[in-house]
Amino acid sequence: METDTTPQPQPQPLPPTDVGIDIGTGTGTDTAPGFGAAPAPDGGVALAGDVPEDSVWEELVTSALLGTDRRTPARFAGRTTRDAPGALLDAAALHTVRRRAGLRAGPAAPPPEPAPEDPREPLPEAARRRLDQLLAGRAAPSPAGRRGAAPDLTELLPQWLLLANERGYKAPAATLPALLDAARARTDLRPQTLRLAGPRGLWLARLNPEWRFALRGAGAGSSLPAPGDREGVRLLWDEGLFAERVALLGAVRAADPTAGRALLASTWSTERAEDRLMFVDSLRTGLSDADEEFLEAALGDRSRNVRATAAELLSALPASALAGRMAGRAVTCVGLDRTADEPTITVEAPHECDTAMQRDGLTATPPAGRGERSWWLGQLVEAAPLSCWPPRFGGRGPEEIVALPVADDWQNELHAAWCRAAVRQRDAAWSRALLGSPATPPATGPGTSSLAERAQLLSTLPPEERALWVAAFVAAHGLSEAFQLLGVCEVPWAEPLGRAVVDALDIAREAGSYPWSFSGVMGLAERCLAPEAARQLESLTARPDETEDISPGAGGYWAEAFQRLVSTLRLRAAMRAELTEPSPAPGTPASP
Amino acid sequence: MATSTVGCMNAMGVRVSVEQVLALAPDDASRRAGSALGTAGPWSGTGRGGGAVWGLCKGSGGVSYRTVVDTTGPAYLCACPSRKFPCKHALGLLLLQASDAAAIEEATAPDWAARWLTDRREHAGSTGSAGGTASAALGAEGGAAAGPADPEAARRRAERRAARITSGAQELEQRLTDLLRGGLAAAEQAGYGPWEETAARMVDAQAPGLAGRVRELGAIPGSGPGWPVRLLEECALTHLLDRAWLGADRLPAPFAATVRTRVGLTAPVDGVPLRDHWLVLAQYDAADARLTTRRIWLHGTASGRTALLLSFGAAGRAPRLALPVGAVLDGELTPHTGSGQLRAEPGERFVPVAGPAAPPPGGPVGAALDAYGRALREDPWLDSWPVTLSGVLPARAEYGWQLADADGREALPLTPAAQSRPGLWRLVALSGGAPVTVFGECGHRGFTPLAAWSPETPGETVPLV
Repeated sequence: METDTTPQPQPQPLPPTDVGIDIGTGTGTDTAPGFGAAPAPDGGVALAGDVPEDSVWEELVTSALLGTDRRTPARFAGRTTRDAPGALLDAAALHTVRRRAGLRAGPAAPPPEPAPEDPREPLPEAARRRLDQLLAGRAAPSPAGRRGAAPDLTELLPQWLLLANERGYKAPAATLPALLDAARARTDLRPQTLRLAGPRGLWLARLNPEWRFALRGAGAGSSLPAPGDREGVRLLWDEGLFAERVALLGAVRAADPTAGRALLASTWSTERAEDRLMFVDSLRTGLSDADEEFLEAALGDRSRNVRATAAELLSALPASALAGRMAGRAVTCVGLDRTADEPTITVEAPHECDTAMQRDGLTATPPAGRGERSWWLGQLVEAAPLSCWPPRFGGRGPEEIVALPVADDWQNELHAAWCRAAVRQRDAAWSRALLGSPATPPATGPGTSSLAERAQLLSTLPPEERALWVAAFVAAHGLSEAFQLLGVCEVPWAEPLGRAVVDALDIAREAGSYPWSFSGVMGLAERCLAPEAARQLESLTARPDETEDISPGAGGYWAEAFQRLVSTLRLRAAMRAELTEPSPAPGTPASP
Repeated sequence: MATSTVGCMNAMGVRVSVEQVLALAPDDASRRAGSALGTAGPWSGTGRGGGAVWGLCKGSGGVSYRTVVDTTGPAYLCACPSRKFPCKHALGLLLLQASDAAAIEEATAPDWAARWLTDRREHAGSTGSAGGTASAALGAEGGAAAGPADPEAARRRAERRAARITSGAQELEQRLTDLLRGGLAAAEQAGYGPWEETAARMVDAQAPGLAGRVRELGAIPGSGPGWPVRLLEECALTHLLDRAWLGADRLPAPFAATVRTRVGLTAPVDGVPLRDHWLVLAQYDAADARLTTRRIWLHGTASGRTALLLSFGAAGRAPRLALPVGAVLDGELTPHTGSGQLRAEPGERFVPVAGPAAPPPGGPVGAALDAYGRALREDPWLDSWPVTLSGVLPARAEYGWQLADADGREALPLTPAAQSRPGLWRLVALSGGAPVTVFGECGHRGFTPLAAWSPETPGETVPLV
């Protein structure tokens, strides 16, 4: 019998069925863990005064477990067996109430380190309520199936977090667990959530293994030494984990580009190839002409990937020596035939890819199915600065150059390479030229017919121009091909773009389509339309009279979809207003 | 409009928070459905005034439901067929109001809303049967008929019931005596069957309190290390209750009333009504297969009294009474009789008021245990006692979380159940390693935190359940 460690008289063997029962009197008083020791019994209680409390209780428990028939407590010896159970229960009741009434506090454990101070402003009252609502909506996702007329709160959480972080608010302490749970479930929410949660969020995450994710990556950011702290920077650079070092390089570079390059150069030769690749790639942020020397040296790197990345970055610096070399090669391949009836571009693709070209980042072997020479030409033109072309074509601007006919079917190859160059060099003039007029059908326009590449070109244009271009595109071609292009427009959508999208939706409705054919654009519109567009939409939310329609019931579904759109826009307007509310004067009591 | 005579009541200046509204939802599905309706989209014809909110909610089939909420109750009326209470439309309407101050404008109630409000409020003055708050007292007896009846017949009924309970208590005594004679070890072998049978006998004897205790006894054997000790303790306390009932005529009257309550008779509500501004400290449900019991803790900001409201829902249905945690309500509570009893019945009108929702005054953990100990003198069957701890911080000990005095000397363990609740993390987050004020139930199993206040935002009650 495994009862306890206290020596106990065991006058009789137990029945076999009792084997293995832990009667649990090991602590004597069965006090839950964490309580203090029971107080010494005071003599006034009607228990045998000379017997210690604990041993009385143990005797009672043992008798109860075995049964008073088998074992009558010695203190009830004078009673008949008939009375023994009642007497035992009386004594046990007295003991129990007495023990409970006499419970004492236990020793305090060492408290956790206090959470670091968070100097950010607390959220305005209304914004706090909104956050509660959005988080509750996340915890209870809308049931599967048709989306009703109600907004999708989950989709608004990222926007809310972004806004709150822009305004520099901190999360209310009590919502931190719900925020961390949200970030655990959705990786895309993590950066903004952890930023809002701030130092107290990390402090909390350290206490609960379920939130360990918060300590990776983003967690390292908070422990970076200040860029000016030379010793701290040195120490972390020499001994830190890879992710910490990348974050450190970024931080130092942002504060002092020269110091950042010096840091990288100090250990460059000893870094592993994968790490060198990541470090070179991290120079993409804040790339400037001052980086050229380092990158030029990296063109001689042992690793092909490092070389290629260095070359790519150099070619994005039109003033670099590499860009100059590329321009020299490119202009010998592409020229203007002035003898033809109308000026025509002629192309003479390179005949070889020599070691100098390979050092400058060209890949000699084409992918399967592509000719060597056109592959080399594409790379050359892509890496050459676009500024080399107007002089080559008699001072023509990008629009005129793109409009020139190209001899011998080289047009696709050449325009595609210019598109890549325009994206790489963030050249708005060339992008504009290559996009052509938004009204032209994508298949017949200049540049590229790929929507993904067009979206990339668009991203180099100033936001207003981008919105106007996409608005004109939607007006001309409808929404079915607009999804990717809408994705690169600045949120909230500028007024002409919003109007074009709403008009196009209205046209689709009148044409008898069902709204779920446009669910992608609808969802985007809910998140991106300017809240002011709600007024334009108001009239569309009415349920139309059902006529002999080609699409039965479509009208009702459209009304519902527009209702959801309007209510989402209203909600976003409210969200924004709540977060811009002036914070109450200090000392104002919070309303309940 | 009759109702607009009360239109200037200060209730209108108070907004209930989204969280408070969500706390009113009977279950998760309603919370979800209600959240979806908490935006302007599906609503039309909304308005507020005279302590009520109303509107038309567009349902999925093109039908619109008229929904009206009397915020002074709170009480709800909705034309939808849902049996949930409050339904998703009522929740949505309240959420809309809570989340967007401008969404619902002051207006005159339309006829359909005004009629119900007037009816409800006239009733409220006379009988106790209207609206959402009155049913609390009835649940324990499965909804015994209320209202005046022949007093002589009532007396005879009470005598018959007492006699039944007495025979039930005697039978239970016999069962406990047999158990002790044969040994608790044998109880583990016998399993739950005999307990269930005894519990059914106690139900027949119209002693639900005894039946509940017996079911709990049946769950103890084999429930983990130390079960024989726990079983002996609970058997002993059940024995104590049996003996107390059988000798109730020799007990002092207040204590006898407590014994009757513990056995399962509803205590008469004949205390002196107390009007105060009551801060809602906590609301939580405990459900078994038969009954959902909702407990609501209130703190009288002027009187300093702590009161417990109970509301019951038949299996699977949410209890009717729901109060938003953190709100301050002006109203009357009538205490139940009996020593050591905190239970009270709310009056018909509970009106939210703006005002400081400061936490109740609290003390160190040692004082909390002393308070529990003192309360046991009045009612030895108490498992816990409501207390407020001030200047305590959550800390992790070897056995789990505890609340420790800020001076780092004494601490109170959290109950095993509280260790695994999400509320624990809200408490830890709120504290951030600094002292906070915590309201909860302190008992022999440890402390159950129910609400907390941070010194930075003392006016904000953070619910932990």
